[in-house]
Order: sequence, then C-alpha cells, then structure tokens
Amino acid sequence: MATLTPESTKNDRTVPVRGTSVETTKTFRPDPEEAPEEDLREAVLQLEREGEWIVQRVPEPYYEAPTKYGRMKKIPYERTWHHKSCGQCGHIPGYSTSIFWLNRVLGYDYFDPRDQTSCTAWNYYASATSNQAAQAAVAMRNFAAAYETGYFPLIHCGTSFGHYKEVRHELVHDHALRRQVRSIIERLGRPFVMPEEIVHYSEWMYAVRDQLQARVVHDLSSIVSTVHPACHYYKLQSGDAIYDPEIYGGQRTAVVTGVVQALGAQVADYSTWYDCCGFGFRHILVQRDFTRSFATLRKIEVMKEEANPDVVLTHDTGCVTSLDKSQFAAQAHGRNVGVPVMSESQFAALAMGAHPFRVTQLHWHSTDYRPLLAKMGIDAERAWAEFQEDVKQIEAGTMDYLTWEAVL
Amino acid sequence: MQQPMKQAYADVPVEEKTRLYREVVQDARFDTYLYGCYECGICVAACPSARFYDFSPRKIAQALAREDVDLVYEQMNDDVWNCSQCFSCLRCPRGNNPGGLITIMREVAVNNGLRTTKEALAGYTRIIYKIMTTGTQVSPDMLQEDAFPDWGPQVKEVADHLAVWRRALPPETMHTTALSWEVEERTMRELYAIWKWTGTLDMIAQLDEGLHDIMEEIMDDALEDSGIA
Repeated sequence: MATLTPESTKNDRTVPVRGTSVETTKTFRPDPEEAPEEDLREAVLQLEREGEWIVQRVPEPYYEAPTKYGRMKKIPYERTWHHKSCGQCGHIPGYSTSIFWLNRVLGYDYFDPRDQTSCTAWNYYASATSNQAAQAAVAMRNFAAAYETGYFPLIHCGTSFGHYKEVRHELVHDHALRRQVRSIIERLGRPFVMPEEIVHYSEWMYAVRDQLQARVVHDLSSIVSTVHPACHYYKLQSGDAIYDPEIYGGQRTAVVTGVVQALGAQVADYSTWYDCCGFGFRHILVQRDFTRSFATLRKIEVMKEEANPDVVLTHDTGCVTSLDKSQFAAQAHGRNVGVPVMSESQFAALAMGAHPFRVTQLHWHSTDYRPLLAKMGIDAERAWAEFQEDVKQIEAGTMDYLTWEAVL
Repeated sequence: MQQPMKQAYADVPVEEKTRLYREVVQDARFDTYLYGCYECGICVAACPSARFYDFSPRKIAQALAREDVDLVYEQMNDDVWNCSQCFSCLRCPRGNNPGGLITIMREVAVNNGLRTTKEALAGYTRIIYKIMTTGTQVSPDMLQEDAFPDWGPQVKEVADHLAVWRRALPPETMHTTALSWEVEERTMRELYAIWKWTGTLDMIAQLDEGLHDIMEEIMDDALEDSGIA
C-alpha cells in the first residue's frame, strides 16, 4: 500500500460541522405544474404511441423519488442492466464492484453485460471527435442491448447519465436525427428502444437507503464527510435529478447526501459545493496542471478549512479520480490536503462490512484511507494481509480469480 | 503612445472565418443553446476554466450572438480547448448553454482540421484510438508512472501488480487489462459500423491521417466478415 500519511490526515476535529439544514424557516415545495421545463418522459411515451420507438418500462416493483421540479421518478430495485463506466472499471474498480456487491447483499437480480460499450462521452467532451448522430447511435445501441436481455439500464457514470439525457432530449426534438439514428440501429438488426426513465446508480442507492441502513455494522456517528455532487448528474438536463425537501431544503440534489446520512455519518457543508472537480475530460489526461490546481485549491483545501472531513464522497467516475489523484502533488508541497475520496457505494459497502480490498478495492486509490478505516473500526492491516493471501494464491495458480462467493 | 492591439488571425480571409461561423450556427443544436446574453457574468463566476485561463464563457456567447466572425474564429483557435465541459455555465439565467456552444465550435474545428486543434489534441490521439477501437475509453494498462508521474508511487504499484490485481476482482467481466471490461466482438463491430456510418471516422482524417488509416484498416477488417452491411 504505497500511500501517504501526512500530518494533515490526523483529523483533530476543531472545525464545527455545518450540516445540510438551510438557514431559513421557509419551506420550498416545488409544483410540477409550474416547472420551467417540459416533462420529456411524456414526449417519449407519445413517440411510442406514434410508432417511433419502443419504450422499455421500469420493472416493478420500483421506488418513486421526487425530482427538482416535484415530478416523481421511477427507480427500479432490481432486474437492472449495469451500464458500466470505463473510468470506474479501468482505474477505480472498487467503485463498480461495490455497486454489484450491494445488489448481491440486498438479494437483487442484476445483469453485468459484455454487450456494452462506454457511452464514449468522455472522449466527446474531451476531443469533439464525434457528432450528434454517432453519440445517439452509441446510446441507442446500448439501450437496445439492455432491452434484448429484459433488464433495465442502470447507469454507473455521471457523464453517461447526463449525456444520455441530452441524447434523449435531442432525439425527442429532432425528428431528422431520430430517423437517422433509427436507420442505423435497424441496420444493425437491433430494436429502437428508449427507456421509460434514465436512471443513475446513485438514484438506486437513494431508493434503497433504508435497506442499506438496516445492514450497517459499523458506528459511523463520528465520521464527517463532505459530498461533491457530480456536475453531469444534476447540471445537464437538470430537471431529471433527485431533490428532497428534507435535504438542503430541496435546493441541492439529495443523492449521495441522503444515503450517507441514512448510513449514520455526518455530512458537512462547504462553500464551493457547486464547483466542478476539475476533471475537464481533456485536462485530466493531457493538461493536468489545471485539474490538480482546481481539485485541490477550490475543492479539497476548502473542504479541509471549512469542514475538515474524514472522507470525500461523490458519485461519478471523474470526480473520484480528480479529487483523489490530484492530492499527491499538493501534499508534496505541504498544502492542506489529505482526505480519502471514494464513491458513496464504496462507503456504504464498507459500512455494511464489505472487505476494504476484496470488495471496495481501496488499493487503487491514492490518498491515505487508513485513518478513515481505523475510525470506522476496520482493521486495515489485517484486511491487507488477507488480500495479499488472495494475491499469492492467484499468482501460484491455486486460485483462478477472486469469486463473489469469497466476498459475500 | 499605446499601440492598437493586433487582430489575431488577421491573415485568415474573412470569407473563411464566415464559413466556419456559419457551420457553427447551422448546427441543429445552436438555436437551443443561445438565446442572447444579459452580460451578467454568472456563467463566468461558475466556470472553473475562467479561474485558471484567460477564458470566458460569456465572451463565447456574446461573440456568437453578435456574429463577430473574427472573434469567433479566434475563440475557435485559442479558447475552446480550455473549457472543462462541466456545464456549470448552465446556471445562465437567459437559458444559454455556453458549454454546448463550445462543443459545437470544437466539432467544427475538428471537421476543418484547424492547426490549433491538431496541436491541442496532439497528446490525445492514443485515447481516441482506444475508445474508437475498443469501446472503452480508458483501460487499466494506461495506468503507467510515466503517463501519470504527478499521481505518485501508487500508480507504479498498480502497474506492477496489474494482471494479478485484475484477477482479484469479483466481477467476471473485469479481469481485463487492455479494456475496462470484456466487450463482445459483435458489440465492437457494431461500434465500428456506427463510427463509419456517421462520418466520425472521416473526422479523424482531418485530425490525424495516420491514425485514421490505422483505425480504418482495423474496422474494415472486422466488418468484412461480420455480416454488417
């Protein structure tokens, strides 16, 4: 475990926790009738009635969650088709593994497909070497693949989620584009399918938060977290993100925060919550001076100064990567950083007794997570020794790979 | 005496600048991305790139709204690659989408093979190759210390143990090192067909002819016997 343990991670709590209550007695209750944006889902169903496409229905039973303008959104519990994230699976694989682990612990039926490509939006937002038709065709090919299995798409990546909502908007409003993409999908021998809802995994986490809470095995009451809401989750097609009047007075998205609070941990507020993580798509790969600066100066250092959290929790591929990896160089300069970063799915899995290396795979993360594990009551040294035994067995050929049976 | 500022790209004919401007405004998305501008600066206040670069989403919206073809051309060359594409600028009270306008401007810049675009994406072509040929953008074997020296020694540790650590992942689809997960052959071939049928592969020819030729050969070979017309 080659991680740094700077002085700054010794978390002497001197900063009071400013929570998620708003400083007003006024209650804002959104009225769907006064929403400034159309409900695109009605148009999706109308296009089905006109024979333009098939609408894949959310499988029952489902959870109904409130969105920004008070409309309700159906979130499936199970029979989910996991639209994986290239960045999660490639560089922080404990993220996706934890989502799957949680499904298995809750006993939910899910499907992990091989007939799935990335949404390709990371590349699109980085290099623009694509176009509307290609991006929509990639989305609709994946939706068709999900439909053919009978499982409903659950999208792991915040950018995939946001981009697919943009694609849905464009396909609904641009009939020429819709015809072009339909022709491509039919030429591939696939059905032309739009899901009834476009659902992000963090919405599923929000939907099952009470079930997660019932399985928590560690006392998290002393854990202070800060939440970074992912830009592409709630800024793109903003009306289709979950908001709860009980959390931040309904003024910020409730996903992640609602789950972390249900697990029993504290969520602390900080002033730059709206800022992005600095990922930049292109910048994280070829112009990281920007990413490092923004992630540390505008996010991590502000969190440290205003909330001094034990952990930063978020719900997107790029955000975990930027906020975690950028801290190494800042630590080398003695800056006030040094907070572990992970997804709320990893945090929930840890809270529910998941193995920190076999399941949450924290050895893929950079910033030291051992103080957090210690505070949660998890023996990191013992867990690492257990994982090293797995590695030895794989290297010796006595174990082909780590199985689900071994981690449940 | 203060000298007048020299106009950037003064050597480029106004007809060429106008042609590219028209490509931007004729994009199907343009009319829903730009409604005017209050000049309030909210987009700039929310913009991460504006904090670190000489960059302003407000100026992008205003230049396009004013049909300032000189400034739009300059931005297409010198500004658009600074944008983070986070879409924080969607806070615009006028309903503009400056980030979306930049997406369009970038597409036009790529399609027309602007020199500055080639320079901006010079270090990026291996990523384009990865996503277009495998269907996953980043892969575990990209985690190499020479590519990410600023991420510290943990990157080397991942690289040194990559194959075995990938096998120490319970999901069966994730034992890969060159892809983020196992992708079926049929799935990749369908992706290749999409790149070809939508003109995306042709876009690459404007950016990097060598890369285009390599990818075209891979895709043509894969599609030849696939039954995909």
